[in-house]
Amino acid sequence: MFELSPDHEEFRALVRDFAEAEIAPHVAEWDRTSHFPADLIPRMGELGMFGLVVPEEFGGTRKAEGAGADEGGGDFTMLCVAIEELGRIDQAIGITLEAGVGLGINPILNYGTPEQKARWLPDLAAGRHLAGFGLTEPEAGSDAGGTTTRATLADGTWTVNGAKSFITNSGTPITSVVTVTARTGTRDNGSPEISAIMIPSRTPGFTVDPPYHKLGWHISDTHGLAFEDCQVPEDHLLGARGKGFAQFLATLDDGRIAIAALATGCVQRMLEEATAYSKQRLAFGKPIGTYQGVSFQVADLAVLAETSRLLTYKAAWLKDEMDAGRRSTQEVKQAASIAKLYTSEAAVTATRIATQVFGGNGFMEEYPVARFYRDAKILEIGEGTSEVQRMLIARGLGLPS
Amino acid sequence: MNIVVCVKYVPDTQAERTFNASDNTTDRVNVDGLLSELDEYAVEEALKIVEAGEGVVTVVTVGPAQASDALKKALQMGADKAVHVIDDAIHGSDALATSLVLAKAIEKVGMPDLVLTGMSSTDGIMGVVPTMLAERLGLPAVTFASDLTVGADSVTARRDGDAASQTIEAALPALVSVTDQINEPRYPSFKGIMAAKKKPVETWGLADLGLSADEVGLDAAWTKVTAFEARPPRQQGTIVKDEGDGGGKLASFLAERKFI
Repeated sequence: MFELSPDHEEFRALVRDFAEAEIAPHVAEWDRTSHFPADLIPRMGELGMFGLVVPEEFGGTRKAEGAGADEGGGDFTMLCVAIEELGRIDQAIGITLEAGVGLGINPILNYGTPEQKARWLPDLAAGRHLAGFGLTEPEAGSDAGGTTTRATLADGTWTVNGAKSFITNSGTPITSVVTVTARTGTRDNGSPEISAIMIPSRTPGFTVDPPYHKLGWHISDTHGLAFEDCQVPEDHLLGARGKGFAQFLATLDDGRIAIAALATGCVQRMLEEATAYSKQRLAFGKPIGTYQGVSFQVADLAVLAETSRLLTYKAAWLKDEMDAGRRSTQEVKQAASIAKLYTSEAAVTATRIATQVFGGNGFMEEYPVARFYRDAKILEIGEGTSEVQRMLIARGLGLPS
Repeated sequence: MNIVVCVKYVPDTQAERTFNASDNTTDRVNVDGLLSELDEYAVEEALKIVEAGEGVVTVVTVGPAQASDALKKALQMGADKAVHVIDDAIHGSDALATSLVLAKAIEKVGMPDLVLTGMSSTDGIMGVVPTMLAERLGLPAVTFASDLTVGADSVTARRDGDAASQTIEAALPALVSVTDQINEPRYPSFKGIMAAKKKPVETWGLADLGLSADEVGLDAAWTKVTAFEARPPRQQGTIVKDEGDGGGKLASFLAERKFI
């Protein structure tokens, strides 16, 4: 019961081979120059990474409901395996897949009309294109009520004005569309009506700001976006009018589990790096792993890796079971928040421990632990901060809110 | 066009490799093994040829139970079916016996239009099985092809030498061994992994091929490995300190080794 299926392990081996041969040799340079490898994405797509949760009719590998398990379709757990393995080589490449599916594909998959799905999904599922989702604004994050981007409908056309912040995959050469949340009116009780609207890349009035100067995730494509009288046809509304934020919240659980998979890849790599280094680096004539000051820290890394993996795949399994109608949404929500909270904090701890084991070398960019140290922090922030996760977990326990 | 690709399961060149102390043969059981990387080029070339037209790609291997992993990888890449020749008596076979088993297996599959192989295994590194196999099958052999064009009744291959490139044409059916310059082998995909599970794999023993145990194996080998010993670990590199004469020291280091 505590192992993935042979299919999952076989796919893991494939992603690992690919990541070690095609990504690992380049990441230090890409990180140093903040280069987004747009050519790599379609190659990841050819392996099937972007299509695992997309039905076959839209170019993915998920089987129709009712197909037997031996039909061997893609599932969410398979996606987590891919994200973990990419994250083990580079966190920013891992987030590119995570956001590409969780934020780019999922909203269209879950709320798109048949026409929207047919238009956008095949290229996204193949990795030929990327899509982004714009929720956060300079003055509004988790409090969607503060959303100031506005969209007004007149003569069959939406006109969008406003700005978005920190939008992943929004400005790559292969980005095809960014879905943004916007105020489309005011409800009777005075609260804003928030809807989601799809803005194709290169639409006039849609400006992608220059890339951010980030602490980590240098390889990941992140931009602020500006909309100035940006016009799209009425049929670019995604999902029901006034449901934009609710729809977004509903897709967050997947994202949290996927972030946990990314964090698990980070912890696993720190365990491998610290183990190898403590066997090889000598101090006072012996490998440093001989000394308990080091060996106990490496043992702690093994515990972090094991616990992270268990929480992640338990949550991923629950999500697949929920999709099959056997588990409740509430169970998945709780497991997703617990996994995201624990693993992201474990990743930050693990990078701190590994850097310490490496001593002075850990502070040098020549060693990958330094890059992982910079990359880990954002895991505690993105897709719901640790504080938001604790709040959600407490609510899940029935505490008064 | 029907193509047979001969593939070999070899110890991973990245992992620790050992010999069996009892008979001086390569240990293929207690090591991490995989589809020989040089054979991936032959599989890729076969897939490209069939994808550009039509036909069936059959991969054939001779080896122990673990060798099925090499077939699985080729099937995941896109080959249509596989044949695994497995028999305890084959253990220790030399290149001559290997080519005999492969020839019989290919005849049993049904004579294809084209037989493709890698240019050599990454473990034995003999590079002679392709020509031996062509001889046994009565096929023209084109070896070390770095480019291959397949016509209706012939193949044209480019063979790159140090000073010149040859263009060689051979009538079909033919055998061609390919180099690592000919293409970039594809990775399998999620779909490929799932599809491979349903592809047919035949398992044959010597008797199925009309061969007897005394025609193959260690005792029938024309050559014998009499001893093996581990290579000494690499010496640490020489560090040249430049005290105004660094260039001269480097030049004499290279000249001593006849690099310049």
